[in-house]
Amino acid sequence: MSTLARSYQGAAGAAGPLLFLERTARVALGEWVTIRLPGAADRRGQVIDAGETMTVVQVLDDTLGLAPGEATVTLTGEVANAVVGRELIGRSLSGAGRPLDGLPAPVGEALRPINGAPMNPARRVRPSEFIETGVSAIDGLNTLVRGQKLPVFSGPGLPGLELAASIVEQARAPRGEPFAVVFAGIGITARETQGFLERFARSGALSRTVLFLNQASDPTIERILAPRMALAAAEFLAFDAGLHVLVVMADITHYCDALREIATARQEIPGRRGYPGYMYTDLATIFERAGLLMGRPGSVTQLPILTMPDDDITHPIPDLTGYITEGQIVLSRELHRKGIFPPVDVLPSLSRLMNAGIGKGRTVPEHRQWADQLYALYAQGREARLMAAIVGEAGLGAQDRRALELADRFEREFIGQREGGRRLPETFAAGWRLLESLPREDLTRLSDAVWEARPSAEPPSSPAAEPAR
Amino acid sequence: MTTAPATIRRITGTLVEAGPLPAAGLYELALVGEHRLLGEVIRVQGSIATLQVYEDTNGLAAGEPVISSGRPLEIELGPGLLGAILDGLGRPLPDLARTLGDFLVAGGETSTLDQERRWHFEPGVIPGQVVGPGDVIGTVEERPGWPHRILVPPGRGGTVLQAAAGDFTVREPVVRLTDGGTLALSHRWRVRAPRPSALRLPDDRPFLTGQRIFDFLFPVAEGGTVAVPGGFGTGKTVIEQSLAKWADADIIVYIGCGERGNEMAEVLNEFPALTDPRTGRSLMDRTIMVVNTSNMPVAAREASVYLGITLAEYYRDQGYRVALMADSLSRWAEALREISARLSEMPGEEGYPTYLASRLGTFYERAGRVRCLGAPEREGALTLITAISPPGGDFSEPVTQACLRVAGAVWALDPSLAHQRQFPAVDWETSYSEYLNRTLPWFEQEAGAGWGDARRRLLELLQRGRELKEIAALVGPDALQDEDRLILDSARLLRELVLAQSAYSPTDASSPVGKTLALARLALALHDAARTALGAGRVFERLDFAPARRALIALREAGADAWPAAVPGVEAAVALMARGEAVR
Repeated sequence: MSTLARSYQGAAGAAGPLLFLERTARVALGEWVTIRLPGAADRRGQVIDAGETMTVVQVLDDTLGLAPGEATVTLTGEVANAVVGRELIGRSLSGAGRPLDGLPAPVGEALRPINGAPMNPARRVRPSEFIETGVSAIDGLNTLVRGQKLPVFSGPGLPGLELAASIVEQARAPRGEPFAVVFAGIGITARETQGFLERFARSGALSRTVLFLNQASDPTIERILAPRMALAAAEFLAFDAGLHVLVVMADITHYCDALREIATARQEIPGRRGYPGYMYTDLATIFERAGLLMGRPGSVTQLPILTMPDDDITHPIPDLTGYITEGQIVLSRELHRKGIFPPVDVLPSLSRLMNAGIGKGRTVPEHRQWADQLYALYAQGREARLMAAIVGEAGLGAQDRRALELADRFEREFIGQREGGRRLPETFAAGWRLLESLPREDLTRLSDAVWEARPSAEPPSSPAAEPAR
Repeated sequence: MTTAPATIRRITGTLVEAGPLPAAGLYELALVGEHRLLGEVIRVQGSIATLQVYEDTNGLAAGEPVISSGRPLEIELGPGLLGAILDGLGRPLPDLARTLGDFLVAGGETSTLDQERRWHFEPGVIPGQVVGPGDVIGTVEERPGWPHRILVPPGRGGTVLQAAAGDFTVREPVVRLTDGGTLALSHRWRVRAPRPSALRLPDDRPFLTGQRIFDFLFPVAEGGTVAVPGGFGTGKTVIEQSLAKWADADIIVYIGCGERGNEMAEVLNEFPALTDPRTGRSLMDRTIMVVNTSNMPVAAREASVYLGITLAEYYRDQGYRVALMADSLSRWAEALREISARLSEMPGEEGYPTYLASRLGTFYERAGRVRCLGAPEREGALTLITAISPPGGDFSEPVTQACLRVAGAVWALDPSLAHQRQFPAVDWETSYSEYLNRTLPWFEQEAGAGWGDARRRLLELLQRGRELKEIAALVGPDALQDEDRLILDSARLLRELVLAQSAYSPTDASSPVGKTLALARLALALHDAARTALGAGRVFERLDFAPARRALIALREAGADAWPAAVPGVEAAVALMARGEAVR
């Protein structure tokens, strides 16, 4: 597209965040628009329906007091671009890329369309590098790998953002390579933002972070832009500057609600719960921007956070997200009530790329069996807990009683952990302590070889020593 | 009379209205805009045509030119397809990477088949011979061990004037006809039209998957159709990939329809490195991938399933047994819904267009075991395995329901089994197969007598186990009779040791039917033996299942050739139990 800017006096109409223009020439889909009204700051918008007789512009700023007849509308001839570059690291920008830190707007190294283009699947590298997050429920049982998109399914009042902050502080790259964090705050409250920033500042993470903040009080439409701005910045840092980038996006639920708001304003036919039918495709254009490319050193790993309305995992937002992302970390209100942090319910949690990131040469060879065994016992223990609620613990079989006890300890001692994070060997040790408390015949998923080679199994000759962990 | 050149009148999402195009026909292709994006006519009103554009429309402007091609969406069929990785329009993704770079920006033009490469053609016809549609006119060795049969395209024929061996590119004439016509190694076919065959054959031969729970409990016939519905994280993709690796088919066509890019990277990384157990060559040699990830243009996703099934039919017509894996049809249906909504069509259930079920039905009907068109006489089969991703895991939604109505077998996946890491997480209560009775004689013959009996007993025991579990949940397992506790225990053993199968196990990822039957039979024998022991006065608490369990695990983990050697070990443990000597 190489059209010059054209200005029009007066628009045909306005509704919600939308502005309607009549009789425009050569207007392009996605074209960037500025809207000028006497006595008001310039507003920006984007063409979402381009036509010769009628064009629809989505206004990115507040439309309060926007009088369409009075406005001067300029079609800029450019699609929405983001300024990207290494100098963004340490900066704080709005969801539309305006500086929030009082510094001048970044000049950057390049201008990139915010929508990006899909990676050619044939050029993707299969993600397989383990990232240590310091969280046992993740490192041990739902391993995160580079290039993965692993969302946190939180609930109202659950510490999804705190978990993300812990991961950002504790995450270690396998060989200490350079890495950066891109944080996109989407419609989050000032309180949440404040808490997150304070933690980042304390731990020093802020100096390697790019912040894109769209707060709850900012225009809704900007929420559509914020994750794309963040990902354009992240893609440059990863694939041009060679950094390993962790992108944290919170909260995807606010993003989806903004999507619904625009769809409704356009009078589109609503899908499930009023969300537009194309929400899957739209979310995919965000989440699929994680990955690694052949011959390029960096990577984009995504940690999106969403709030399950009413803790309902079948709600369209977590549901569609789960179909796109490579697994999910699900938080549990029950564990949260018990005071366990992070309250990760490992049963519905999953990391689809775990198998590629664990095992010999990556974590430990027995990782899979060890994890499967903990999973199986915990699932059995949870089932026994339900049964015990009806028949009482005394009514359980001996093995179910042991599994029940293990489930309680598993939640307190393995899932629950203090601040500062656990290194991987500590995670394994915590798991083995639980497994070793059971008779060998309960451990049906462990082969004899793995059992004999467990870390605490002392060679017969040496005296039993206190493990020095 | 001159008409003004057609231009874009309106762009909304992936839809473009253009005119004047008074002669445009439905499903014809057009080149849209200055970058010549590919689009397909899906509505004509007066001189205005509505096009669905297969590529990213951002930056496309009203007033840009539109050129109608007058041809429908086609694919060039010929040697060089095996091992290919195509996008939803049939463009090889590695070629696009060379011209466009690592990211798929709009406007890449490239042909499906390599136009430079020369193939050695051996004719199978002689001058004077009359050839008709589907006749084999010669062969090309496409990949070692895979003769690619060159067919007279449907609708063509004549008398051979000249046919000579030699090295040809795909569009060069290899056979000349007396009427002046020529036949080449490749021909074009419109993807939305099924390819014809001579006769549909009965579905009485099983399509062996190597997965015990499917072969044993819910078999699918060769040429049959399966729907695999399951919420996210229930293991659909792993099942599709396991089948692509292990199923007994000559050719695999894998459609990644609206799926994850990283998963495709995994497949693309893994398949070339795996060997086909039957040919000893790379698995990629017999595989064609159609990849349209979720973030690639939605209209191309809609087209990709038709492209994939056309490729599958083409190899079926050569006389191969082809398996088509589509992951997932829900994404295809969503693409349909998205396009329909932009056309402002009156929506049906949950916003899906009212023609969803009929389109799905037409698609499923393209599967089948057939006698191929033309001479020499040959049989081909196209088995269709489709993953479905019901929102919220709710099977009552329209796409799942529409698929259930037409599919011959259903492998329903259950999240609670997946949470326990019991894979394949197939719910044996809601799954079913209509091919059961017709394929049973084959299994009784080939796997061993008693297949049907063992299957029936196993299902009975599972059913009884589930009932008892509900009772146990109320009264506690200790309150059950010893015999019932044994049933509970045996049902669990059948689930864990017979039906569960790890896709990652080096020796058990694929299970031969003989091993499947042996495992089921011995696990049932163990149950009978324990009952005998109880009858002889033993107490359930004291029975020691550990040795038999270990022997069964050893049998399960034994490879395709080694398993018969593990049978005596289990038999010994079962005998010990029957004698009442397996006690603690």
